Amino acid sequence: MDTFLQQLVNGLTLGCVYAVVALGYTMVYGIIQLINFAHGEVVMIGAMVAFSVITALAGSGLPPVAILLLSLLAAIPACMFVGFTVERIAYKPLRAAPRLAPLITAIGVSIILQHLALLIWGRNYITVPQIVPTQSYALTASANSATITNIQIAIIILSVGMMAGLIALVYKTRIGIAMRATSQNASVAGLMGINVNSVISFTFLIGAALGAVAGVMIGSYYGQAYYQMGFLLGLKAFSAAVLGGIGNLGGAVLGGILIGLIEAFGAGYMGDVTNVCTLNQYFPGFAGLCDANANSSLLGSNYKEVYAFVILILVLRFRPSGLLGERVSDRA
Amino acid sequence: MNTLLSIKNLHIGYGGIQAVKGIDLHVEQGELVTLIGANGAGKTTTLKAITGLLKPTQGAIDYAGKSIIGVPTYKVASEGLVLVPEGRGVFPGLTILENLQMGAYTRNDRTEIAFDIEHKFSLFPRLKERAKQTAGTLSGGEQQMLAISRALMARPNLLLLDEPSMGLAPIMVQKIFEVVRDVSKSGVTILLIEQNAKLALQISQRGYVMDGGVITLSGESKSLLDNPKVREAYLGEDVGA
Repeated sequence: MDTFLQQLVNGLTLGCVYAVVALGYTMVYGIIQLINFAHGEVVMIGAMVAFSVITALAGSGLPPVAILLLSLLAAIPACMFVGFTVERIAYKPLRAAPRLAPLITAIGVSIILQHLALLIWGRNYITVPQIVPTQSYALTASANSATITNIQIAIIILSVGMMAGLIALVYKTRIGIAMRATSQNASVAGLMGINVNSVISFTFLIGAALGAVAGVMIGSYYGQAYYQMGFLLGLKAFSAAVLGGIGNLGGAVLGGILIGLIEAFGAGYMGDVTNVCTLNQYFPGFAGLCDANANSSLLGSNYKEVYAFVILILVLRFRPSGLLGERVSDRA
Repeated sequence: MNTLLSIKNLHIGYGGIQAVKGIDLHVEQGELVTLIGANGAGKTTTLKAITGLLKPTQGAIDYAGKSIIGVPTYKVASEGLVLVPEGRGVFPGLTILENLQMGAYTRNDRTEIAFDIEHKFSLFPRLKERAKQTAGTLSGGEQQMLAISRALMARPNLLLLDEPSMGLAPIMVQKIFEVVRDVSKSGVTILLIEQNAKLALQISQRGYVMDGGVITLSGESKSLLDNPKVREAYLGEDVGA
């Protein structure tokens, strides 16, 4: 039971980060039907900038929380600048082009940003100074209880806050309604006096800001950053957005948390389930493997990246529009 | 009178096709003017040029005394020139209330906006009943009511209507024309594009007939209704010519 609780905590933490990144994918897709493959790199740049700030200030004597806050205050505008610039330079000129063109461009932008980061921060993993000591809190009374760390608590609270804020923005404010109007019919939105280009830029800015915070969170969680970290992270978050139904904000949140949970539970259980000696009890053919190494498993935790994609493929097989994705009725 | 919209020698071409070949048209303050013609005559193309969705190849479009060629669509709209597009163009996933709020996007007077929304609801009680439902759930006629109401939320100086009766049941067509006439009587200047020539000429003061990218006839709507060419070509009457 403690493994279950522990993986639940780990999965929720990761899932929150995926959800925040997935929101960036889904918002941009919703408004211009572009899969912004460079979004993962925006998250990476957020992590990198934050680490530069933390490393520079680690010995300054400032309180750790102040340093973290300053790193966020540096990462958010840096990512917003990158997101805004990429949209203006790379995507806007292709607004009327066939959809394949901006898609390929997005992949190109992603590679360019990776190599820009490679030039600035080098090709090695950057280890972040642990300025805030990790503290674990036991969740049950048992001796080997599942724990939750202060970093995990901070990630979950921050993510939930951002998701709630974004949903309030999109559903309750004038600019939010304008975003949804633009996503449904950009040319009519223009006829209503909505500056569609500004709304699209605004969407990229918000997505990039969320990505920046996600980058700082994931970097603090793993304690390291890397110029290619955005690739797999972005791919998973994109999968989360598709799993939930791309273009749907609630779907991105649901998909992100599901992918986090699947990954955590897969890592926590699949090793035990596919242990060669356990399998030998049911399928005699594994006797030789069991004798050779009793601890080996067919699917160890190093397969954890795979489970999310397997589930994605299965879900799309039966619900191609994703879990919450449904075309709005459109009789006009 | 005060000329609100003036089009001179307008040419529009796109994709190698010359859709509009030098038309002249004007709308005076307070008028209800109609532009009729068959499918493909260039009517919608003309409207797109006025609202900045297409760039003309030649000619002049002046609105309230200023050229609006090259002015982006959203700026034209914020100057009070509002189009109800062909096919209505309601935001299907937004609620009826949100659609109306988007119509008032260029305005900042919150209490006046709330007052105008109530006014539209009193004109169309059906919209009020379904204020919190998405616009995609409305019938075609109801969507047209919403589209017109949404455009009026901008308090337009000039309202452009593109085929408001298209695809609607005959009883709904009657209703829409009554609404257009009432809006005109309330003081809004209107340019009405229609294929339903008879009704359009009955409610308007002046009319233009467009065919093959040029204006073939123009004048008072009453005289156009009596014109044998119009009666034969657009009103489906056999005048024995």
